[in-house]
Amino acid sequence: MSILVDETTRVVVQGLGRAGLFHAEQCMRFGANIVAGVHPGRGGGEALGFPVFDTMREAVAQARPDASLAFVPAAGAADAVLEAIEAELALVACITEGIPARDMVRVADALCGSATRLIGPNCPGVISPGKCKLGIMPGHIHKPGSVGVVSRSGTLTYEAVGQLSSLGIGQSTCIGIGGDPVIGTNFIDVLEMFNEDSDTTGIIMIGEIGGTAEERAAEFVKGRIQKPIVGFIAGATAPPGRRMGHAGAIISGGKGTAAEKQAAMEAAGIAVAPTPADLGSTLAALI
Amino acid sequence: MELHYVWHPGYIGGSGGLSGFLIVPHGRIPMKLHEYQAKEVLRAYGVPTPRGTMAKTVAEARSAAADLGGRVVVKAQIHAGGRGKGGGVKLAHSVDEAERHAAAILGMTLVTHQTGPQGRLVQRLLVEEQLPIEREIYLGITLDRALEKPVLMASAQGGVEIEEVAARDPSAILREAIHGAQLQGYQARRLAFALGIAPEARASAVQAMQALAKAYDESDASLVEINPFVLTTDGRAVALDAKMDVDDNALFRHPDLAELRDLGEEEPLETDAIDHGLNYIKLDGNVGCMVNGAGLAMATMDIIQYAGGMPANFLDVGGGANKDQIKNGFRIILSDPNAKAIMINIFGGILKVDVLAEGIVAAAQELKIDVPMVLRLEGTNVEKGREILADSGLDFIVASDMKEAAQQAVARAG
Repeated sequence: MSILVDETTRVVVQGLGRAGLFHAEQCMRFGANIVAGVHPGRGGGEALGFPVFDTMREAVAQARPDASLAFVPAAGAADAVLEAIEAELALVACITEGIPARDMVRVADALCGSATRLIGPNCPGVISPGKCKLGIMPGHIHKPGSVGVVSRSGTLTYEAVGQLSSLGIGQSTCIGIGGDPVIGTNFIDVLEMFNEDSDTTGIIMIGEIGGTAEERAAEFVKGRIQKPIVGFIAGATAPPGRRMGHAGAIISGGKGTAAEKQAAMEAAGIAVAPTPADLGSTLAALI
Repeated sequence: MELHYVWHPGYIGGSGGLSGFLIVPHGRIPMKLHEYQAKEVLRAYGVPTPRGTMAKTVAEARSAAADLGGRVVVKAQIHAGGRGKGGGVKLAHSVDEAERHAAAILGMTLVTHQTGPQGRLVQRLLVEEQLPIEREIYLGITLDRALEKPVLMASAQGGVEIEEVAARDPSAILREAIHGAQLQGYQARRLAFALGIAPEARASAVQAMQALAKAYDESDASLVEINPFVLTTDGRAVALDAKMDVDDNALFRHPDLAELRDLGEEEPLETDAIDHGLNYIKLDGNVGCMVNGAGLAMATMDIIQYAGGMPANFLDVGGGANKDQIKNGFRIILSDPNAKAIMINIFGGILKVDVLAEGIVAAAQELKIDVPMVLRLEGTNVEKGREILADSGLDFIVASDMKEAAQQAVARAG
């Protein structure tokens, strides 16, 4: 099994520019069933063998997708996600980086109580190896198996996956949740899903300095998740921030350093990998 | 990308010897406005501010002081807090005294706990009227990531070290979440009552708080801070100081705000990088690094230090770097004479490894790079990328994983 996407997922691609087309083709190569594209002004056409529609409503009516992969440029990306939410798609993976935070606050509002789960933005998406790739991660580094990977950083997700696969350890589902201040799906959401997925037997969770998402996730893990978890926090040796105001520090309650995050993870029974090159081996030692 | 980390004044010159610059995990550095610019923006939304004028010369400062009647405050305009303690804010009782203060502050290198030891050159002043202050309050708005909404924070203990107040007594910080972009009247009133604002100033304080929230939203700000927000003896509520950061990602819809960027306040290399779509921060070590993705870039800095070295920089070439960006990345790394080796750590997703390899070869040839280059490449089109490097006839050190790459790079940097 796996979470979020599998061989039954019907994908629509929003934004068929150069990046959208390149990655749509890559996704198809790694098992995605792309049933439609949405690109305003290109309705009635075809791309890579799937039909293209002007609006999400038409795409849903005619091709019945249940997951979107969005490549729409930053200025219009929030609008594209809102269109997918209105069309009640179950899942949207938004790859776009650089979306204004204010736009994402509006999207977060719209997600509340909706039928849609958003992954990202500013993320690599999600892949269930061997079943469906809904994102921009290099497909060939993955291997079907039973370790779940969740990370705020895209390229560090690949790093973890690469290490696992080279040790012969496959993955159930790998998710980059994105590092923007406002994201659709957080660590806790994914950890909960991995916990309930009977075929996920181990988890790698990769965070980074700033914010308090890792601390909150560690608190959630305590006493709830028995599956072995390996953690890593990027930026342990980064110099401290230079900033102007106090509001950020007040809002985070002075939290967010690597040391605090690592301590929170250890207190929750998460095995913290000593270096980013030890993600795979630390997990291998646990399973 | 958000970037609020706790400032550790004691860190500078501490264990790592790193220079205290900002690491931005995702997204870019927000655009900071000067106090006088922030006040102009806030005024346009109806937030009361003192009367004042920006001055770039002593003569301009004198004439501004004369217009304001001589009793003024002369304030250094730099992108850092703690200006008062550093000697960058002076009260004047006459036009002559204002002129003397302006002459002393303009051109000085102001060192505060937020500038780092190198300080900042003062090139602009704000000359403002003095106000009869009765009380000082703290107001700040920023995004609460956990709530996914902006939050207005207020404290009756304004004007002092507000972070210390927050750490000592979190209940001294009042919070109101801003729903649907608007601070409602009842929320602002609730704050005004809790802050104990006198009845005669209550209406203007409520109006100012609502205007502040509107300014934050409509300007795509990532931070607005008024410390202090003062109540005057004549019953007015006024923003005596103002800090404002604007979300860089939203500048495309604010050409007026984009024009307020003061390049004199930014590291030239960092500005150069931003202009080429790169995220670069100069550090004090000797291993240059070029990485895609902020998380992997930070992890690369981590592993360089585990390998016994120190990074010369943080450089994230982003998700979709092209040949030109790679070339500019090399140029920027190599403009730092301390970079004695370069570690390239790329795990390509959007960024295809063959595109990167072409960029590396073109840059190595054009820039005549003569420091050792250690490459660790993985991801989309990696075989094609390795072929391009092998066929180039150039001398690259190819490592199989990031640990080996870091060890090689640290060893070669010496």
